[in-house]
Amino acid sequence: MLEIDNLSHVYGAGTPNEHRAIEGLNLSVAEGELLCIVGPSGCGKSTLLRSIAGLISPTGGQVKVEGNLVRQTPDNLAVVFQDYSRSLFPWMSVADNVALPLRRRGMDKKARREAAMEALESVGLSGAERKYPFQLSGGMQQRVAIARALAYRPTLMLMDEPFGSVDAQTREDLEDLVLKVRGHHQMTIVLITHDIDESVYVGDRVVVLSKAPAHVVGDLKVDLPEPRDQITTREHPDFVHLRAEVGRLVRGHAAVV
Amino acid sequence: MKATAEVAAPARVARRPRAAARRRGVRTTAFRWLVLAVLVLLWEVATRVAGSAFFPTPGTIVTRMQAMWFSGPPQRLFLSDVAVQNILPSLGRMAVGFAGGALAGVVLGLAVGLSARVYDYLDGVLQFLRAVPPPALVTVFLVVFGFGLRMQLAFIMFSIVWPVLLNTADGARAVEPLHLQTCQVFRLSRAERLWLVVLPSALPKMFAGLRLALSLSLIVMVFSELLPGTTNGIGFQLTEAYSMFDLPAMWAAIVLLGVLGYLLNEVFLVVERRVLGWHRAAQEPVG
Repeated sequence: MLEIDNLSHVYGAGTPNEHRAIEGLNLSVAEGELLCIVGPSGCGKSTLLRSIAGLISPTGGQVKVEGNLVRQTPDNLAVVFQDYSRSLFPWMSVADNVALPLRRRGMDKKARREAAMEALESVGLSGAERKYPFQLSGGMQQRVAIARALAYRPTLMLMDEPFGSVDAQTREDLEDLVLKVRGHHQMTIVLITHDIDESVYVGDRVVVLSKAPAHVVGDLKVDLPEPRDQITTREHPDFVHLRAEVGRLVRGHAAVV
Repeated sequence: MKATAEVAAPARVARRPRAAARRRGVRTTAFRWLVLAVLVLLWEVATRVAGSAFFPTPGTIVTRMQAMWFSGPPQRLFLSDVAVQNILPSLGRMAVGFAGGALAGVVLGLAVGLSARVYDYLDGVLQFLRAVPPPALVTVFLVVFGFGLRMQLAFIMFSIVWPVLLNTADGARAVEPLHLQTCQVFRLSRAERLWLVVLPSALPKMFAGLRLALSLSLIVMVFSELLPGTTNGIGFQLTEAYSMFDLPAMWAAIVLLGVLGYLLNEVFLVVERRVLGWHRAAQEPVG
């Protein structure tokens, strides 16, 4: 599904401000997998996501999605950004925001509207379609952003610290929402987070990045009983063990000299 | 279920401050009229005491306005022949000039604002053109267009195009980067990006420019009517009244222009509030 081969990214190469964000990163994600990528703050997670999405071109190595080299954003790829308030369009209603990317899917207005309503329903936002983003709470705005991605029916959904700007309770709700919708839609999800517990709770697999320049320092399979539950999963011995393991990997390579 | 609870909470909190704001609004309006009444009264007293032919009383001016422009038949909204022959042509010139200049400003502004390089190259030139006071260029327009309507319209358009153009370009440049990345991710076409994302992003600044342009268009409209070659219009009536020493008529034209400027601005604000409702609301902190 997703193949990352010896990826490197350097900002401002040759200048005094040169910053090596990623160096020699290899990663492959199987179809239908939910992969969580964790790493210390500022380790180049967002750079990695932007390289996969084709928003920036890597300075070295390559990214392939469904076997095709990524030059611009691949056809069936959607992104949920952390900053929902600046990713949703404030001048459009919730339904229009969700339906916007469907124009190029060759759907007529009615079909777009129906797809938007369906996506909104699946994120628990029926009845909010006429509202504007600013009339919703932060958590609900992020639901709208998720609905927009779902309506687009991507085969690969990238989520860039999607729950970084919401409160703890909403965060748990949204984590469960992601687990729920992945069951309904056949898609691969790559979720970037700095929250170790979240990565273990949500992921089928957790990849740990080093501090910048980022490369993979840990790759763990998460084999927790399904369906996952905020209380019982988090007290499961395997969960406790895994989060400690991931924590050690993140800590070990995050130590600032 | 959870969703509805989340919506309801901020709405309930917002209601009380809104009632308070409305009360404050009523009080402000009342005081505004009071201040106006007091000022007109002072004007009346001062002009009566002075008794100068150059400064007729507001009563005289209003009576003159009524007799000159608003003594027509009811089915014509009380507009007299003089009003139809002068006020309407003035408003027409202004409307056509404003529409043409605004359209050109928006289109050119978007074109300039879409390319950072074009903007950087042209910024200095545009600031220069904007800084030139339009009346200083009137002879140039007379040479090119001669006296008459064509020259007046071109003059109004040229005068107002700059604030609209510069503000629109500024707005088009200031599109939220994450919005553009969202367009890129969902692979919106260039036309969709321009029409559905860049244009709405530029609207708040564009409206600031349009509002400047509206008040400017009234000014240059009157100025263009003060020139020879004009046979009607509020500006024409103004100069004619002055040359015939009909001071109440001259003052009537001045007051009418003030009222028109005020009303046009009010109408503009209503339109802006409708179009930019999302913008004002989105600026407020979310509860």
